[in-house]
Amino acid sequence: MYGNDFPGEDPPGGLLGEVEAAEVALRAAAARDRGAAEPGGDLAAYFAEVVDADQKIEPRDWMPEAYRRTLIRQIAQHAHSEIIGMQPEGNWISRAPSLKRKAILLAKVQDEAGHGLYLYAAAETLGVSRDELVDLLLSGRQKYSSIFNYPTLSWADVGAIGWLVDGAAIVNQVPLCRCSYGPYARAMIRVCKEESFHQRQGYEILHTLAHGTPAQKAMAQDSVDRWWYPSLAMFGPPDGDSTHSAQSMAWKIKRFSNDELRQRFVDMCVGQAEALGLRIPDPELRWNDDRQAYDFTQPDYDELMQVINGNGPCNRQRMEHRRRAHREGAWVREAATAYAAKRAEKEKVAA
Amino acid sequence: MDFALALGDDALIAAQRLAEWTTRAPEMEEDVALANIALDQLGAARLLLSYAGELEGAGRDEDTLAYLRDDREFRNCLLVELPNGDFAVTMAKLLVLAAYQVPLYTALAACPDERLAAIGAKARKESAYHLDHAALWVKRLGDGTEESYRRMQAGIDQIWPYADELFAAWPDAPVDPATLRSEFDDTVTAVLAEATLTVPEVAWTPAGGRDGVHTEHLSYLLAEMQVLHRAHPGVRW
Repeated sequence: MYGNDFPGEDPPGGLLGEVEAAEVALRAAAARDRGAAEPGGDLAAYFAEVVDADQKIEPRDWMPEAYRRTLIRQIAQHAHSEIIGMQPEGNWISRAPSLKRKAILLAKVQDEAGHGLYLYAAAETLGVSRDELVDLLLSGRQKYSSIFNYPTLSWADVGAIGWLVDGAAIVNQVPLCRCSYGPYARAMIRVCKEESFHQRQGYEILHTLAHGTPAQKAMAQDSVDRWWYPSLAMFGPPDGDSTHSAQSMAWKIKRFSNDELRQRFVDMCVGQAEALGLRIPDPELRWNDDRQAYDFTQPDYDELMQVINGNGPCNRQRMEHRRRAHREGAWVREAATAYAAKRAEKEKVAA
Repeated sequence: MDFALALGDDALIAAQRLAEWTTRAPEMEEDVALANIALDQLGAARLLLSYAGELEGAGRDEDTLAYLRDDREFRNCLLVELPNGDFAVTMAKLLVLAAYQVPLYTALAACPDERLAAIGAKARKESAYHLDHAALWVKRLGDGTEESYRRMQAGIDQIWPYADELFAAWPDAPVDPATLRSEFDDTVTAVLAEATLTVPEVAWTPAGGRDGVHTEHLSYLLAEMQVLHRAHPGVRW
């Protein structure tokens, strides 16, 4: 793998240990005898039992329809985010400032395509097809993470996306490694491991810039200034306004509230920013001894709602780019289907 | 040095063009595959350019060679700098490139220069995959729908003249490309035949890349590739 071939400084406070712990717990859960639902038994009670015991629900199991719908929505949005998220970083592949950085970035964007495919496959275990989900994305009926509606204006943005955006994604996703739905939990373990490499690469880009020329350092600081609050907004609306949270917590799809995760992210970033030598653009940021956490300024949730509703700087551009790739690739996909049909026909004749 | 530089430039410019497909491929799986091939080409380019710089002995590393030369100093063939066009044109380019690189790297793996031999041994396996991938798509498109047939034949017609330059005689090179032509012809004509496509008649065989006389496209490609590196001279990235 070209992507990880450099010795780099690890950002302090990484979460890879938690991913590994979740993987161990997943194996342990699989090893425990889960017991089978009795024929004709109470399926809902059995479902609740499995979830309560921190066992995994598998595709063949009965599950409440709302649980299935919630998971489809969440996994699909996650998959869409990986696919749309390729664009802002892909924007800098052609101009990456060294061949090593070009290789690392290309590998990273490729990983994201792989994550997207992997997550679509996880969603498909719930009885929906990838084509249907892609249609929902292209028609605007399903969303992707709003963070990707911001532009990458400098090379440092590639670093900031790695450090802050991938960092926030990891904080969000590490608890999902313990999600009650088996295929999603397993997908998240794999995704989180790769994301932690991405975060490290982003951190390393910023570290190099912040210790470079004044122009490079200014580029890095400008980038952190622009990405900090949108990254905080990635955790979603404050707990009081979050519509899906309570039920998802009960089902153990979600394990922590938006605000808890946001706090965890801020607490993680402060030390990393110091190590980078970059300033977090929040004059109110300070340690609170009583709470044993940092006080910080909330992101602008009106802006978040604007971006979610289609009015971020790049919503139209991102969607048009995806639609265009899909549209312009139609004749290729049709040709592949026609070719496969001809081959199948020939084999039938030969047999 | 000239030979390593020429091969390195082929791989670098091919990688730059292939990477342009990222986020634009006709299928998500193809996005992954094209990025993979671009990464292979980029990996080979880095090895070849680094070695070319060492042979020159003037202290130029892979980045100096990639980012601080002008188009007249690049030694890549014209084929790789041509715009991507539609997916059929890109697959025609990849078929020709891979069908040239497979025998080239294979022969290189047996040459007396140990560094080049090691690079050849690594790259030939990757090129074999590139050739498989391109051949499969050329067959699918050639023998797919009416539209894909029309586009694939047009892609081959457009690209075919540029194949000639790849096999220009270079007698004092570690591998003389002229010796690879018949294997190339056998490979490509078999693929085209299976794809129900016609091998074009060629009356025009553009060349000049190995002498640094390129198409108008290369300067634009380099302008984009080099812009950031050149804006901050001498820094670390």
